[in-house]
Amino acid sequence: MAVYLDHNATTPLHEAVFEGMRPWMSSSTGNPSSLHRFGRLQRDAIERAREQVAALVDVHPEQVIFTSGGTESNNLQIKGLVAATGAKRIALSAIEHMSLLEPAAHAAPDCAVDSIAANGAGYISTEALEQSLKPDTALVSIMAANNETGVIQDIVKLAACATQGGAWFHTDASQAAGKIEVSFRQWGVHAMTLSAHKFYGPQGAGALIVDRRLPLRAQLHGGSQEKGLRAGTENVPAIVGFGIAAELAQTELAQRSAHALALRSRLEARLARMPAVRIFAQQSHRLPNTVQFGVSGFDGETLLMQLDRAGFAVSSGSACTSGKSEPSHVLRAMGVADEFALAAVRVSFGRGNTGAEVDAFAQALSNIVDRMSNSAVMMAATI
Amino acid sequence: MSQATINKPIYLDYSATTPVDDRVISVMLGYLGRNASFGNPASRSHMYGWEAEAGVEQARADVAGLIGANPKEIIFTSGATESDNLAIKGAAHFYSKKGKHIVTCKTEHKAVLDSCRQLEREGYEVTYLDPESNGLIDLAKFEAALRDDTILVSIMHVNNEIGVIQDIAAIGEICRGRNIIFHVDAAQSAGKVDIDLERLKVDLMSFSAHKIYGPKGVGALYVRRKPRVRLEAQMHGGGHERGMRSGTLATHQIAGMGEAFRIAKEEMAAENARILGLRERLWEGLKDMEEVYINGDIDQRIAGNINISFNYVEGESLLMALKDLAISSGSACTSASLEPSYVLRALGRNDELAHSSIRFTIGRYTTEQDIDYTITHVRAAVDKLRELSPLWDMYKDGIDLDSIEWAAH
Repeated sequence: MAVYLDHNATTPLHEAVFEGMRPWMSSSTGNPSSLHRFGRLQRDAIERAREQVAALVDVHPEQVIFTSGGTESNNLQIKGLVAATGAKRIALSAIEHMSLLEPAAHAAPDCAVDSIAANGAGYISTEALEQSLKPDTALVSIMAANNETGVIQDIVKLAACATQGGAWFHTDASQAAGKIEVSFRQWGVHAMTLSAHKFYGPQGAGALIVDRRLPLRAQLHGGSQEKGLRAGTENVPAIVGFGIAAELAQTELAQRSAHALALRSRLEARLARMPAVRIFAQQSHRLPNTVQFGVSGFDGETLLMQLDRAGFAVSSGSACTSGKSEPSHVLRAMGVADEFALAAVRVSFGRGNTGAEVDAFAQALSNIVDRMSNSAVMMAATI
Repeated sequence: MSQATINKPIYLDYSATTPVDDRVISVMLGYLGRNASFGNPASRSHMYGWEAEAGVEQARADVAGLIGANPKEIIFTSGATESDNLAIKGAAHFYSKKGKHIVTCKTEHKAVLDSCRQLEREGYEVTYLDPESNGLIDLAKFEAALRDDTILVSIMHVNNEIGVIQDIAAIGEICRGRNIIFHVDAAQSAGKVDIDLERLKVDLMSFSAHKIYGPKGVGALYVRRKPRVRLEAQMHGGGHERGMRSGTLATHQIAGMGEAFRIAKEEMAAENARILGLRERLWEGLKDMEEVYINGDIDQRIAGNINISFNYVEGESLLMALKDLAISSGSACTSASLEPSYVLRALGRNDELAHSSIRFTIGRYTTEQDIDYTITHVRAAVDKLRELSPLWDMYKDGIDLDSIEWAAH
């Protein structure tokens, strides 16, 4: 099997998460809303997980609303707030995930959506935010770390700026949690999205962390689960796994980030020797595990196929938009030239990767680049 | 983790949720952990993603296989609640230009009723039909409720509290004849009643995995292709599931759902016969008690459900007295409230009878011993509670309780 270098798309379950979930998958049954013992045990498990997730982002457990994942959390944030407040205007950064951009687009035309520009380094500046803030902007949403480039925003400043402008502030921390310190309280945000499967938890579990004053209306109806904000029988094993993954994300954070950073530096040193390669947002403050680069003169699809054939699982950017042959909206927002943006490769490391794998990847990439530029030269010569 | 393992209470609450079948677990394990196909099924650039996608597609075929659908008609969701929300709000929004009237029934699951209530807030009009006293819908009354501006009908296949089976074939014919979209909540019927969507004139159908020995956190919505039914997506961002439901697919859960549906197709007939035998055994053991009533039609009913009112016994006290049995007084989703079941009230049961009802739901792992133990304990508990009940005394003395005018305090 190929070397997996696509941890921003999804991560394998942590062994301890797997062990912890296992009994809840099989030997334990019961609907957490049932009053009998089976049900109560399930309810207790959910509440324990709520505490673990709360601890990861430094909030009270009551602030955690469990959902089916990051996409649902982001949808709930946008649509739930617009429905609850009748907001006429919201603002999102230009580099948000589709699960924020698309629900926002569906809020139009009743609610105007302003796009907050990113600069060439991948940052959202407070100046750009101020320019986008209008007196009636009800909500600002800026992601904590970008899934493609890994660029980390200064959420403390941005949240303060939005709050001063009278808006609620939401941050999608799906890619940040488990990779950098995340503190709801210190960041001063009003809402935050988390996704379990991005940090060694299971697919199918996420959360929206909320300030209790934040106005929200449920988007899934039919039951009073999650304080009436999210109906539906809770996915107990996944929630249990989410809780354990959150706890591990805290205890292993330093170790994971040091490990990833060492791998990234090692790769970037090799990439620096390849003239056709340009690393995006290289000078910016980025997630320790993420490096995205473009290879001049290449078609992205071909490059990814060649890398797959050589035994390396990477992607161009977001898994959710994969299969499209346009430059990503993130790179376009940063003004990256098509020459590089069309041949983007995102490498995202995880706790299982090794230095040897990095070397092998760099070697394979270098071979592919050489081989293909040679054949291009040869083709040019024959014409 | 031993705290998650319980042997003692007998589980007779299969309509609330079911244990996951071991065969389902082993399929799910193939998608969990480093050495498994753990990828994101939306990843198009490597084998991890392709393997996960193949697992999702296999599951889609298995789900479709049980219900006579084309795999392309299956949309995966986070559960039946989401499926119901997507079907009802999605269809109502899409067809709002045709009309804004919806017909449903008072005994539907909360996910249907609350979705309808939301649509009412948005300016739609909803007719909530009363069922007959046996829980079934009268087709003539149903037809009379339809209007020229009716765009959607939502009627559940099997009721979660009383287990009665609605005649969705006939309702579907009526709807199709009038060009009305027909949604069916089949969370409680899949794997228990034959469903053939090639023949049934159903346009949208909701499914849950955890009600048929699959995992929690996953469900599906069947969306008919011929004639084509359209929906407005309710969750956006990425365009997964043909644009109808965005969000990373939880591969292991979906694979588990597929396996659960595959097993159900294979074993349903034999399992139903066995479960029906157990239900009859339970009723045989209880029916000679005084003042016990079955709620809902006994013939048009799934094998695994029996809902009994024990008159002059308060349901909650009975549940407390039967701690060794995991049973419920109705839907798990409303069990935190002490209100009598809205389903039983819709059947015309008075509050006292509705309050004294217990739902026993029997399933794959129920044994004859479980049933016999249940009979003994229920009889003893009811007798004991009635001994303490002044109402029971009055009843035994021949006093007509309905004639008493209670003093107000």
